[in-house]
Amino acid sequence: MATNFFPSNADMLKFLPETVLTLAGTLLLLVEGFKKERDSRTGVAMFTLLAIVAAMGASVVAYQNPGLAFSNMVISDGFAAFFRVVAYVVGIFTVLCSMNYLEREKAHTGEFYILLLFSLAGQGIMASANELMMVFIGLEVSSIASYILAGYLRDDKRSNESSLKYFLLGSFATAFLLYGVAWIYGMTGSTNLGEIRTALSSGAPSSIMVPAAAALILVGFAFKISAAPFQAWAPDVYQGAPAPVAGFLSAGPKAAAFAIFLRVFLTAFDPLAAKFAPVLWMMALATMIVGNFAALWQNNIKRMLGYSSIAHAGYVLVAVTTHSTMGTAAAMFYLAAYALMNYGAFAIVTHVAGDGEKHVTVDDLKGLSQRQPAVAALLTIFMLSLIGVPLTAGFFGKFYIFKAAIEGKFVWLTALGLLNSAVAAYYYLRVLVVMYMHEPETTEHPEEIPGGVKLTMWVTAAATLVLGIFPGIVLDLANQFAVLGK
Amino acid sequence: MSLSAILPQEFLNQAVPLNAYLILSAILFTIGVAAFLFRRNIITVFMAIELMLNAVNLTFVTFSNQFGKVDGQIFPFFVMVVAAAEAAVGLAIILMVFRNRATLQIDDIDTLKN
Repeated sequence: MATNFFPSNADMLKFLPETVLTLAGTLLLLVEGFKKERDSRTGVAMFTLLAIVAAMGASVVAYQNPGLAFSNMVISDGFAAFFRVVAYVVGIFTVLCSMNYLEREKAHTGEFYILLLFSLAGQGIMASANELMMVFIGLEVSSIASYILAGYLRDDKRSNESSLKYFLLGSFATAFLLYGVAWIYGMTGSTNLGEIRTALSSGAPSSIMVPAAAALILVGFAFKISAAPFQAWAPDVYQGAPAPVAGFLSAGPKAAAFAIFLRVFLTAFDPLAAKFAPVLWMMALATMIVGNFAALWQNNIKRMLGYSSIAHAGYVLVAVTTHSTMGTAAAMFYLAAYALMNYGAFAIVTHVAGDGEKHVTVDDLKGLSQRQPAVAALLTIFMLSLIGVPLTAGFFGKFYIFKAAIEGKFVWLTALGLLNSAVAAYYYLRVLVVMYMHEPETTEHPEEIPGGVKLTMWVTAAATLVLGIFPGIVLDLANQFAVLGK
Repeated sequence: MSLSAILPQEFLNQAVPLNAYLILSAILFTIGVAAFLFRRNIITVFMAIELMLNAVNLTFVTFSNQFGKVDGQIFPFFVMVVAAAEAAVGLAIILMVFRNRATLQIDDIDTLKN
């Protein structure tokens, strides 16, 4: 039988965003070869922005051509489009904040943008994977590029260490994921999410190895989303990585990892849902508690935001635990809102940290309201949104998650989650107290805010407030896309 | 000289049961996990990860043989390609760490803390 191995045009359209990003990255690789070290990289950055915007357009094209592609390995649906766009928006912010940052740290080379493009392509693959092998490939394409991004400041000990820890623990997690995939293949004879579901719901493989394999895959995902007890890497990596990269890691790859987590556990492992509910319940609670209580003692802002990102992963896990369409929509909304508010906070850290990232402790923010009132005001918006104060995106994010949890009869989890949010308020408010109620310790004239960072701050702050008043803009989309094909 | 001249006939006729391969891969994976957790040299820790990935490959091939399907033999190629990319990046990262600190002991790499 003659088989045509060349993908059809319809297939290519469903995979267009990744194609655009990969081609752009490869093109830049060639261009970079002809550049001298001192050449300006503004053109490269602009081209990267253009490529990401084009990929965003391509995700809309992919969305308009829904269905399976490449022998059912890739699926194009609203869920994939939603997470692709979230990742790309984070990518755009990263480029904007990195241009001046890399110039300042004397590490401005084109590879940064190339790796970013490849990482985004990997996240797109994760969002649209319909096959466990694609999950693995997407995860690795995204991770391998981000290992290098985390260690991009070669001569900085902190950046090295962050990169090393991210690499070792990330690969360790991937090995668990793969071993789980191998056993699922052995038990069901397939790695396709739809076929696994069919095999599992027919109840044929009743072996203990089925839930064990699913648990191995869960361990792999838990590492990637920094859920307890696999969260130890997150604070170290976020503290050591360059600030714009730390913001990227806490928003983009994490959203993509949640996307694939949701897709795998809502489609392929749907028949195992009852078995995994208590595990997810405990994991969500432990993640919230570990993140919030550890954040209380942190003095380094990046490290504090690292622990806070663990806590927020815990809130999203509450939504995952509910195993309902409503919970999925709540998780999607929360991840989008979190990407905006958290990247905004990291954009401000990028600026405030100054040359060589010397000013990264909470004390360095003393009197920021007098030195740079606009920056202090914007950081206030982000902190309030991370707490979940009304009129900010964070409030509706938490509201929908806990609403979904209550409707799913997870009353205790909701109560404990709300208590956790109250604890979290302490460390976010401490930042506000330091900014507004302490006298500045330095008389240094504040540096001017670079254009890209300024744009990111204002756009994320505006978006945080707009979503806090009109959450429907994103929530309607999330509700529409949360229904995963079964 | 052919194999049958060296080995007894029973050895060639009797296939190794598939379970043996699965048990072997489980043992390899466990050794990898243990080495990752308890060894203190970064290069050794990195090798532990490679061991885990190869245990996965063995599992895939075993199941592929059992089903008589070819896809399980293709997966190890994906895994190998990714592992090679990972090794390239990982060794570069380890090299940077060594240049900046002149040590490969994992306990000495502890700048990042509160």
